Amino acid sequence: MTTSLVDVASSDATLRGFLHGLPGVDRVGADQRAAALATRSIKTAAKAHAIDLAISMVDLTTLEGADTPGKVRAMCAKAVHPDPTDPSVPRVAAVCVYPDLVADAVRALSGSGVKVASVATAFPSGRSSLEVKVADTALAVAAGADEIDMVIDRGAFLAGDYRTVYEQVAAVKAACGAAHLKVILETGELATYDNVRRASWLAMLAGADFIKTSTGKVSPAATLPVTLIMLEAVRDFRERTGRVVGVKPAGGIRTTKDAIKNLVLVKETAGEDWLTPDRFRLGASSLLNDLLMQRQKLTSGRYAGPDYFTVD
Amino acid sequence: MSRASRGDAERPARLSVRKTYKLFIGGAFPRSESGRAYAVSSTKGDFLANASRASRKDARDAVAAARKAFPGWSGATPYNRGQILYRVAEMLEGRRAQFAAELDGVPSKKAGELVDAAVDRLVWYAGWSDKIGAVRGAANPVAGPYFNLSSPEPTGVVAVIAPDEPLLGLVSVIAPAIVTGNTCVVVASERAPLPSITLAEVLATSDLPGGVVNILTGFTGELAPWLASHMDVNAIDLTGVTDPDLARRCEGDAAENLKRVLRPKPSDWSEEPDLTRMTAFLETKTVWHPIGV
Repeated sequence: MTTSLVDVASSDATLRGFLHGLPGVDRVGADQRAAALATRSIKTAAKAHAIDLAISMVDLTTLEGADTPGKVRAMCAKAVHPDPTDPSVPRVAAVCVYPDLVADAVRALSGSGVKVASVATAFPSGRSSLEVKVADTALAVAAGADEIDMVIDRGAFLAGDYRTVYEQVAAVKAACGAAHLKVILETGELATYDNVRRASWLAMLAGADFIKTSTGKVSPAATLPVTLIMLEAVRDFRERTGRVVGVKPAGGIRTTKDAIKNLVLVKETAGEDWLTPDRFRLGASSLLNDLLMQRQKLTSGRYAGPDYFTVD
Repeated sequence: MSRASRGDAERPARLSVRKTYKLFIGGAFPRSESGRAYAVSSTKGDFLANASRASRKDARDAVAAARKAFPGWSGATPYNRGQILYRVAEMLEGRRAQFAAELDGVPSKKAGELVDAAVDRLVWYAGWSDKIGAVRGAANPVAGPYFNLSSPEPTGVVAVIAPDEPLLGLVSVIAPAIVTGNTCVVVASERAPLPSITLAEVLATSDLPGGVVNILTGFTGELAPWLASHMDVNAIDLTGVTDPDLARRCEGDAAENLKRVLRPKPSDWSEEPDLTRMTAFLETKTVWHPIGV
């Protein structure tokens, strides 16, 4: 791994050579490492800290065909004050919506410090032409999105057409302007951990500011071993290039326990530098309520019930 | 373990396979998440078996399972709920000998009668499933062009601290809670918890959806306060709480989210019950419907 990364993307052959030259992932080892770290017990004061950190890392997400401006406004209100009865609860990192609802979210969140993220590029399948994907991105950026969550073309990736994927990510990155780019690998469709590692590097080489596991529309979504591999990739990428890339597991993280397992993984893999909302996010919708219930359990000493928190 | 007679020397007596008494949560039989157990002794002081000693987290999981089961169970037709309770009675009848043998400290004739009474109690409550609405509901006369109808609705998740009467008492507190559509988390008798887990085996094989009844064994003093203060529990039955200080504390905790509390006087379980235990966990819904629209 001594080649300069500058020329890696210069041709299809060098790109393929680099990605296939990455060390293979030991599947059993990765599964065991993730499972071992998941057994760590986080209690009392550390748990309280972890819950607040996790809340501040949540990308509160609604990506349904039935989304309405009203629902987005309600979600934005929740993003700023997750628990209206307790002002000490931190706000979440961002809300994540479809491009046509970005303007509503921007209006609802102005001045709050909560970022607006928008999925783009023919989410969730990514099956469209590059022109459409760039136009989709431009639409979201023009509406005021701070962050763009794009999907890679899994068909091209699995066919070995890495150059196409690279160029699409680079083109969307150019269309983002000042907005941060999160690249969704959709690891549930990539079949192997080796592919997860290759796709992570490919996205980072092409200019991703974040790499994200899943759209949330495919199962399995964000599993711990996959997040582990992506965290290793961003750690190694910083060592090679000095550039810092964030990680966002999304989909299937529903409980506080899941969230804390992810935080342990971050600390032990990428290091404490990554334990900030600028570098690690949790894409979720139902997770936030569980975090709030656990938080309330810690402060009140009694188990909380879902009746006392908003549904969206 | 006894050896077989010398003539059978090549075939030693088989080892007895003894039952592990676990918890009953969401239709499954997990061990306590805490890994704890406690020794259960007979009334004479002999060791009977180890029972799981549930922790507050088991109670939390049980409440989550009961909450998950509530929409399906409360939405089932009363007729269907009644049929399932009859089915529980049938399964219990089929295990009469096993339960009679498991009732510790009771002469065998009396034990058989107690099992019969428990079966009869289930049948008695099963029959009420589609009748309680007619008895507790009403078409109310109102001064206006409306139909005004009241109907009893299940209250939600009921925490039940079961009495020390291990089978008849247990059945007598579970059946009235679930027949109307509630789901429940039961803390079995601390002194005699073993029949409750055998009853769980009956419940698990009677078409009762998982999570409608969840049974915890362990220390009442440890579990009851957590259930009483749990914000997602809608009612609590303190029948089995004998310590008056604990009962008062549970009542106080229950007030925090306005739980319905049942703290009955000690009762003779062999007597025919009345409607009290069913109506304690019912709420009345009243709807106004315009006439002629």
